[in-house]
Amino acid sequence: MADMALAERLDKALLVDLLRQMLLIRRFEEKAAEMYARGHIGGFLHLYIGEEAVAVGAVSAMQPQDYIVSHYRDHGYALARGSPPGRVMAELFGKATGLSRGKGGSMHLFDVPRGMWGGYAIVAGHVPLAVGLALASKRKGENRVAVCFLGDGAINQGVFFEAMNMASLWKLPVLFFIENNGYGMGTAVERAFAGKDIYRIGQGHNVPGQQVDGMQVLEVREATATALEQVRSGGGPRILEALTFRFRGHSMADPELYRSKDEAARWMERDPIVTYRRYLGEQDMLSQEETDALEREVGATVDEAVRFAQESPDPEPEALYQNVYLD
Amino acid sequence: MNMTYREAISQALRQAITRDERIFLMGEDIGRYGGSYAVTKGLLADFGEERIMDTPISEAGVVGVAIGAAMGGLRPVVELMTINFALLAMDQIVNHAAKLLCMSGGQITIPLVVRTVGGAGRQLAATHSQSFEGWFAHVPGIKVATPASPYDAKGLLRAALDDPNPVIFIEHSLLYGLAGDVPEEEYSVPLGKADVKRTGTDVTIVAYSRMVQVALEAAALLEKEGVNAEVMDLRSLRPWDKETVLASVKKTTRAVIAEEGWRTGGFGAEVASTIASEGFDYLDAPVQRVAGVEAPMPYNKALEQAAIPKASDIIAAVRAVL
Ligand SMILES: Cc1ncc(C[n+]2csc(CCOP(=O)(O)OP(=O)(O)O)c2C)c(N)n1
Ligand SMILES: [Mg+2]
Repeated sequence: MADMALAERLDKALLVDLLRQMLLIRRFEEKAAEMYARGHIGGFLHLYIGEEAVAVGAVSAMQPQDYIVSHYRDHGYALARGSPPGRVMAELFGKATGLSRGKGGSMHLFDVPRGMWGGYAIVAGHVPLAVGLALASKRKGENRVAVCFLGDGAINQGVFFEAMNMASLWKLPVLFFIENNGYGMGTAVERAFAGKDIYRIGQGHNVPGQQVDGMQVLEVREATATALEQVRSGGGPRILEALTFRFRGHSMADPELYRSKDEAARWMERDPIVTYRRYLGEQDMLSQEETDALEREVGATVDEAVRFAQESPDPEPEALYQNVYLD
Repeated sequence: MNMTYREAISQALRQAITRDERIFLMGEDIGRYGGSYAVTKGLLADFGEERIMDTPISEAGVVGVAIGAAMGGLRPVVELMTINFALLAMDQIVNHAAKLLCMSGGQITIPLVVRTVGGAGRQLAATHSQSFEGWFAHVPGIKVATPASPYDAKGLLRAALDDPNPVIFIEHSLLYGLAGDVPEEEYSVPLGKADVKRTGTDVTIVAYSRMVQVALEAAALLEKEGVNAEVMDLRSLRPWDKETVLASVKKTTRAVIAEEGWRTGGFGAEVASTIASEGFDYLDAPVQRVAGVEAPMPYNKALEQAAIPKASDIIAAVRAVL
């Protein structure tokens, strides 16, 4: 379990808030699955269940001015960054009040005022965008790091290497955060990547990397904070690889024929929320009543998010022609 | 001042970098080497490596980084060495540059210019002689400029740099030496306004990029036969100026469209279909198209010349509509 030294340095309110955020993501995703089954959500829906410690730990270590540029499995980052759950759900519903005004959907959540610079659905296509934001940050003398979240599958794209190379060449403030959940759709990492350790993939480009247990929120937070400090101090980009697992299929249409029930069960024993909640209990940080209250609060937030999404209007027909060009 | 197409573009870049500190250039061999077509020659010495950035050979990555830099408040100008290599950056241009404003509900803006050079005629064979402007023009969310003269090159580039949207700026390799009158000071030629290069009454020849020169050559020869052709330079393909084209066809009642690239799915088809559906009543003859031969461009000089539209091809098309 998480190292006590990590927890000791944080105050109780923060420790509990990390749990609250993970719970919010879990319950939000469960509700999204239900809404998808009921036909309120269309297209692709990639759930984040099982990976909550990654987004919550990583985002909690970022500063408000930092950029998030993420892949399409993006609900967790938006919620961790403080995007209103109602507006996230409304985007999944395709409503005018959605984060991206109903034009993006689940895979393309944008909340620029809160530093969520988009979810991107072309695998690894967003990596150079993060590097470009870092270039702008450096050029303008801003203290902004671009944190680029990508999957284990994305590291095999050429554009990832192109972008990482330029980031290293020009010493840009980027953190490549590789969320290794063991699979890219149905293809296991070892069937797609010829190397052994993903976190070492930047060695040839002078990009140091580290690995962290992605099922432990405090570990993720600590590792991200350290990496961000190094990146922020001008040393150039770094890689952080979090080992995690998605408890659900790749998207809602996945019968999961490519992995065993055993494997999933082993990971689920390490459920990031269950283990962290137990840990907080053991440390006398959270009583049963407090846990129950947290569950109720999060449940109410998610119900309210659904209500907001349901009651929100669809975009006007003219929206079809809006934002194609800027005048 | 009399200057070449190359000098006009170079001057526009120089003035832009001087005027606006957000503007900077990125590209392969644009700095130390001086640019494959020498457009950026001398800029590194005057502006330094921050403003004139040599990049690795990574077209997708470079365009992606430029998009990110534009999102972050800078105004990058990317040079893609030739349009043939733009294929590697197509994903970034089509899936990101063209879409993020819309897909983010208006939160992301990408003031980006991608300069590149297309066209055949220098015996560079199949992979280095292509005209993909129609591919870009197909995509809503980006704009496409295709300057055919030194004056327009400078003015359209200024318009592209002032535009808050991504603009693909397509030069032609055989036009770099073309000279013409260009004002020293900055000025803008709006995207989406065609230019009547030569007025006439008997037939409208619509062209863009180098085909404008070929059309003018054809028109001069036709004049000797007593045929008075109007030559229209579209100047940009997205947006494109259908009003001016239709007004001309209304006057002449006949239209020929010339483009250098392949016929199937070429931009000329868009112009022809617009004339057919919106100007049908003006027409006294079916619209004719002149386009490149549908084959990978051969290296052999004679074969290459046979594949590129010439003045005689345009003249034959004009005769067919008269
Ligand atoms: C360029 C591209 N190729 C293929 C796809 C289809 N696709 C969507 S997600 C995915 C798997 C990506 O896996 P990974 O990067 O590990 O992310 P994860 O889904 O595991 O979070 C694939 C192949 C795509 N969206 N884009
Ligand atoms: Mg994966």
